Amino acid sequence: MTQVSMTVNGKAVSGDVEGRTLLSSFLRDHLALTGTHVGCDTAQCGACVVHVNGEAVKSCNMLALEAEGAEVGTIEGQAAEDGTLNTIQQAFQDHHGLQCGFCTPGMVMSAAALLKENPRPSEAEIRKYLEGNLCRCTGYHNIVKAIMAASGQDVTSIAAE
Amino acid sequence: MPKDSGIGASSKRREDVRFLTGAGNYTDDINVHGQAYVHFLRSDIAHGRINNIDTSAAEGMPGVVKVFTGKDFEGVGGMPCGWEVTDKHGAPMQEPPHPILAQGKVRHVGDPIAAVVADSLEQARDAAEAIEVDIEELTPVLDMKAAAQDGATLVHDDLKNNICYDWQLGEADDAKVDEVFANAAHVTTLDLINNRLVANPMEPRVAVAEYSRGTDEYTLYTTSQNPHVIRLLMCAFVLGLPEHKVRVVAPDVGGGFGTKIFHYAEEAFCTFAAKACNRPVKWTASRSEAFMSDAQGRDHVSTIELALDADNNFVGLRTNTYANLGAYLSTFSSSVPTWLHGTLMAGNYKTPVIQVNVKAMFTNTVPVDAYRGAGRPEATFQLERVIDKAARELGVDPIALRRQNFITQFPYDTPVALTYDTGDYNGTMDKLEAAADLAGFAARRAESEAKGKLRGLGVNCYIEACGIAPSNIVGMLGARAGLYDAATVRVNATGSISVMVGAHSHGQGHETAFPQVVADMIGIDESMVEIVHGDTSKIPFGMGTYGSRSLAVCGSAMVKATEKVIDKAKKIAAHLLEASEADIELKDGQFSVAGTDKSVAWGDVTLTAYVPHNFPLEVEPGLEETAFYDPANFTFPAGAYACEVEVDPETGQVSIEAFTAADDFGNIVNPMIVDGQVHGGIGQGIGQALLENCAYDENGQLLSASFMDYAMPRADDVPFYGVDHSSQTPCTHNPLGVKGCGEAGAIGSPPAVVNAVLDALNSGGRAVDHIDMPVSPSRVWAAMNG
Repeated sequence: MTQVSMTVNGKAVSGDVEGRTLLSSFLRDHLALTGTHVGCDTAQCGACVVHVNGEAVKSCNMLALEAEGAEVGTIEGQAAEDGTLNTIQQAFQDHHGLQCGFCTPGMVMSAAALLKENPRPSEAEIRKYLEGNLCRCTGYHNIVKAIMAASGQDVTSIAAE
Repeated sequence: MPKDSGIGASSKRREDVRFLTGAGNYTDDINVHGQAYVHFLRSDIAHGRINNIDTSAAEGMPGVVKVFTGKDFEGVGGMPCGWEVTDKHGAPMQEPPHPILAQGKVRHVGDPIAAVVADSLEQARDAAEAIEVDIEELTPVLDMKAAAQDGATLVHDDLKNNICYDWQLGEADDAKVDEVFANAAHVTTLDLINNRLVANPMEPRVAVAEYSRGTDEYTLYTTSQNPHVIRLLMCAFVLGLPEHKVRVVAPDVGGGFGTKIFHYAEEAFCTFAAKACNRPVKWTASRSEAFMSDAQGRDHVSTIELALDADNNFVGLRTNTYANLGAYLSTFSSSVPTWLHGTLMAGNYKTPVIQVNVKAMFTNTVPVDAYRGAGRPEATFQLERVIDKAARELGVDPIALRRQNFITQFPYDTPVALTYDTGDYNGTMDKLEAAADLAGFAARRAESEAKGKLRGLGVNCYIEACGIAPSNIVGMLGARAGLYDAATVRVNATGSISVMVGAHSHGQGHETAFPQVVADMIGIDESMVEIVHGDTSKIPFGMGTYGSRSLAVCGSAMVKATEKVIDKAKKIAAHLLEASEADIELKDGQFSVAGTDKSVAWGDVTLTAYVPHNFPLEVEPGLEETAFYDPANFTFPAGAYACEVEVDPETGQVSIEAFTAADDFGNIVNPMIVDGQVHGGIGQGIGQALLENCAYDENGQLLSASFMDYAMPRADDVPFYGVDHSSQTPCTHNPLGVKGCGEAGAIGSPPAVVNAVLDALNSGGRAVDHIDMPVSPSRVWAAMNG
């Protein structure tokens, strides 16, 4: 066991982990931050995406020890202190960008990283960026629409709701 | 004007807040104090005889609590099948045992051989590697037609052959069918495959079980679409436990699509092991394990023949299908290729003579059961593909050929056992033609051709039978369950309402849509109504969510229970208003005496129900009612879909340029949620048509056992979809007039995609009759250059 320390959602945390402990396990099992989900074992589904030092990272594909000293952001840290949803979260609700909710934390975290580097992405750019996030419920329609809306684009002309 | 609340409003989903903030409570988020972890040792060969399993080394490994093998379950029931199909000769289906852990033989890659319970998951995995298994490999049974031959290797040694049943529906007189085909002006024949799929909800399956010696009570948390069904099957048929001592909870569930209907061995194992080890036991499937152990979908090999007269009227239809059931009968597997498939072969068309033949086969593959649509996509694909082929052979417009043969009079008794209560197939097709701008297709094709691309348009119809019922009919057809549902409406003293429903929401938005109905009926704000679901200790009973049934069946139970509540509340209001009950009207949450200005508010009546100082003597205090609803018939959503593709003639790459759905779901409670359901179904249908394939090699090895190997649709594989639900013929026999919308997209879209690809190829001068799914670039390229 080795002690690992990092900042998660602005709060200093530490814990004893094995060398093989994944960041996703550390968040879920040690810190009880169960909003980060694990949907596969090949780093394909993206349900576990978190931010590490501002970058979107698949936390199932990173060892907890690799995050030593890092600033980690998870879905639990996205809304305001009083629970108000952030712009992306609100757009997902407004545009029905989620159904079962399992992929949703990863989608929101990926969308945040996308909008940080590309504040007004085109539909094609959003679809390309989301290659690493699988959703089985929505057919992606309302996820793409929600991200466009969150970036301030007018989505009223996009078919249906 | 769109409504802003109640029935017909696109109310935003209240469940979203917890999912968007990481506050959902999925089964893997549940940890019970002192829990141990189970790891299953699964077969890595498809078919073999177990000579010996030596667990002694594993038992001595660090942290190991107990190692289980099939021997530990010899006195325990196997996994049951919930539907007995009778074959065409009147004999019951062959129903082999399905043990919790393999006994004697392994029958598919992933068949569990042993299970290790240990203090940590890592210790359980390490110990499983120390189990020595001596298995004699046997020839795997994989090809369905070969498996049906006399003398074929048997998947189950005690069965007479590998055919579970040889089933028939429709015209039983072969000579009559032959005569129809002999006299036809034209016959179109098509051989096709409905590719095997894996449902792959994003949340893998999980089970957490605990047992209390003090109370002899069990709790099982599980990723299920129907916790009551799991409790009933597990208690009555597998473990022999008293139902009232077992609580099954399906908390937030991350998608189901059918594959979380079934009672799985892992659920029974964890429940059994929790008592045997006197510790809570948790199992979480890895995705690779899910590929090997979740029931898979589709996998039909069919020949379909369509007979037409000289005027292009459909006069006969005959299908012969081999349906793969895999190695064991999963819970509802037997019903899928039969009553959920054969009954839909009439489609939207008035074909007078139909004969459906299905041989259901055991093979050394993962069990196959219902996946979104369940039998209906397989029927629709065959029918809509053969119609398209016929149109091409006859040189007629495929839409006109369909319109000419549409059923237009309702109710309509099909030759394959269903009575369609209502529909407007021409009206729905009109909606599609407008919404998809089919008139503009020629110009779009010209634009694509100018870019060097081939453009194709595929159109098809579908019909589905949803809200499966009534119980007395499905019972005659072999269902070993009733297919009603239940709801309890509990009005609290201050007027807010908890509704305990038997349906389970795992993405469908019941927590939002169901309150819209109750609030609308009473005239109160939606926020005053809360849905409770997914816990056998809180809900009277429930058959769960599948088959697009939740609102049509459970929603109807909820309406009935709410009506009972309103009836009782009117008695109380009449007492308070000193009026006759018959004169009491309820509107906008106010009870009033007709023709007067006397009224009393909903909240005053509910408070009186619980503080009954001034109360009618003949009425019981309290305000809570339960209703069970058993439908009078199936519901029949129907629609017409259009897909436009571009095909790159250099590479065979297909790109979906436009996809439009026109559906008739009857009345709609929440249009936003309905549209979302259709989007998701289309996404899965496009996945089946272009990308997904569950592949086994010649040894029965599962080649596509990860998201690296199984091509799930991603955001850049699909376009924005157009959806139009303005064609509405309300269901005639349920109180809401709703039909169900969950599966339509997955049923209607695969033939539209394939028809579009073929249209594109033929427009490019290649005479291509058929192409199997998934329509991969290599298949398209081969079709163009073969």
